[in-house]
Amino acid sequence: MKDHYELVILGGGPAGLSAGLYAARARLDHVMLEKGAPGGQVLLTDWVDNYPGFPEGLTGFDLVERMTQHAKRFDLNTELACVTEVDLSNVKRKVLRLEDGGTVTCDSLIICTGASANSLNVPGERELRGKGVSYCGTCDAPFYRNMHVAVVGGGNTAIQEAEYLTKFADKVTVIHRRDSLRATKIIQEIAFANKKIEFLWNKRVTSIEGQTGVERLQLVDNDGTPSVLDVQGVFVLIGVTPNNAGLPLQLLQADKWGFIPIDGESRTTVPGVMAAGDICSKDVRQIVNAAGEGAVAVLAAEKYLQSLK
Amino acid sequence: MANDKVLQLNDAEFDSVVKSAQPTLVDFWAPWCGPCKAIGPVIEDLAGEYEGKVTIAKMNVDDNPATPGKFGIRAIPTLILFKDGQVVDQITGSVGKSQLVALINKAK
Repeated sequence: MKDHYELVILGGGPAGLSAGLYAARARLDHVMLEKGAPGGQVLLTDWVDNYPGFPEGLTGFDLVERMTQHAKRFDLNTELACVTEVDLSNVKRKVLRLEDGGTVTCDSLIICTGASANSLNVPGERELRGKGVSYCGTCDAPFYRNMHVAVVGGGNTAIQEAEYLTKFADKVTVIHRRDSLRATKIIQEIAFANKKIEFLWNKRVTSIEGQTGVERLQLVDNDGTPSVLDVQGVFVLIGVTPNNAGLPLQLLQADKWGFIPIDGESRTTVPGVMAAGDICSKDVRQIVNAAGEGAVAVLAAEKYLQSLK
Repeated sequence: MANDKVLQLNDAEFDSVVKSAQPTLVDFWAPWCGPCKAIGPVIEDLAGEYEGKVTIAKMNVDDNPATPGKFGIRAIPTLILFKDGQVVDQITGSVGKSQLVALINKAK
């Protein structure tokens, strides 16, 4: 890895890979930093049916593989690195501090660090993680063959994962704190037609219990009535929290949840710093707009780099 | 690539490897698991760095159902550190390199 680049792309999910594709084609002096293999949250998705250009649908895995191959075809430069701090105090020389003690500097930066699954923050959740508490149906569904599991949440991810879980589990109970789902209509229709899926409305999980693994959930109705649900697993799919550790949130004027606002050109409030994908402050977090923002961010970076010359 | 330095472990060899003099980190994974794939390059990196000191191994849970069952594994990736055949500690989920280094250091 070099000490300095014109452009650093921080993160290798769909936003980062799309930015990487555009940066490589623009022949910018660039690097995409990722702490593992590229992919991000899409790797948690069993099936992607709404990314244009793939009429048959494909797995999240395959989509990432294709995006990576696509960018590599134009010589995308990637490095395995874990960035612990982004220092934007000197706009002319943006500094990234790495876990191994090294630093990388750049003229322009695209932040594509994404988001990760929210926790319920209830007793038992941390203790039973990996022993019945899961945040990824696609990863862990095969461990629940012929069992009864719960899914907490009512959005696209929750309902799609509930559907996927019925391929293995005998019964899937969806627990949602409202009386209707937020998921896209077509996803709802499939779930309502699935006899293995049962819905518990207006309920919240107050604790997760079990000795060596999950045995039951304590629930409470919105009117305060408690109840118990015996399950061997619980999948927590209640939205995302931004991966913003080490980012200068005040300088970037992050929103109250810690997501970063961008303008129509993916620019943040700091000159030469763009953001793309799920880290951005927005209502819609889809693969397709993440990829779009990644492309737009590179065009903004090019303009910024031009202005320095 | 340090790929060949990662030991591919199976049910039959498991006991003899984790009971050997050298501590062993086992990455329980499956080909259909995205986060397992994400963590792959980090495991390869560690295998290079700890060569001769800690055995870095991977076990495919699809091909080897007995061992994951024995350790109650119900989520992957799960990484378990063994010393003298005993579990020292474990982590579940796609974590960063520093957390894995901290896990490995518990064998000291």
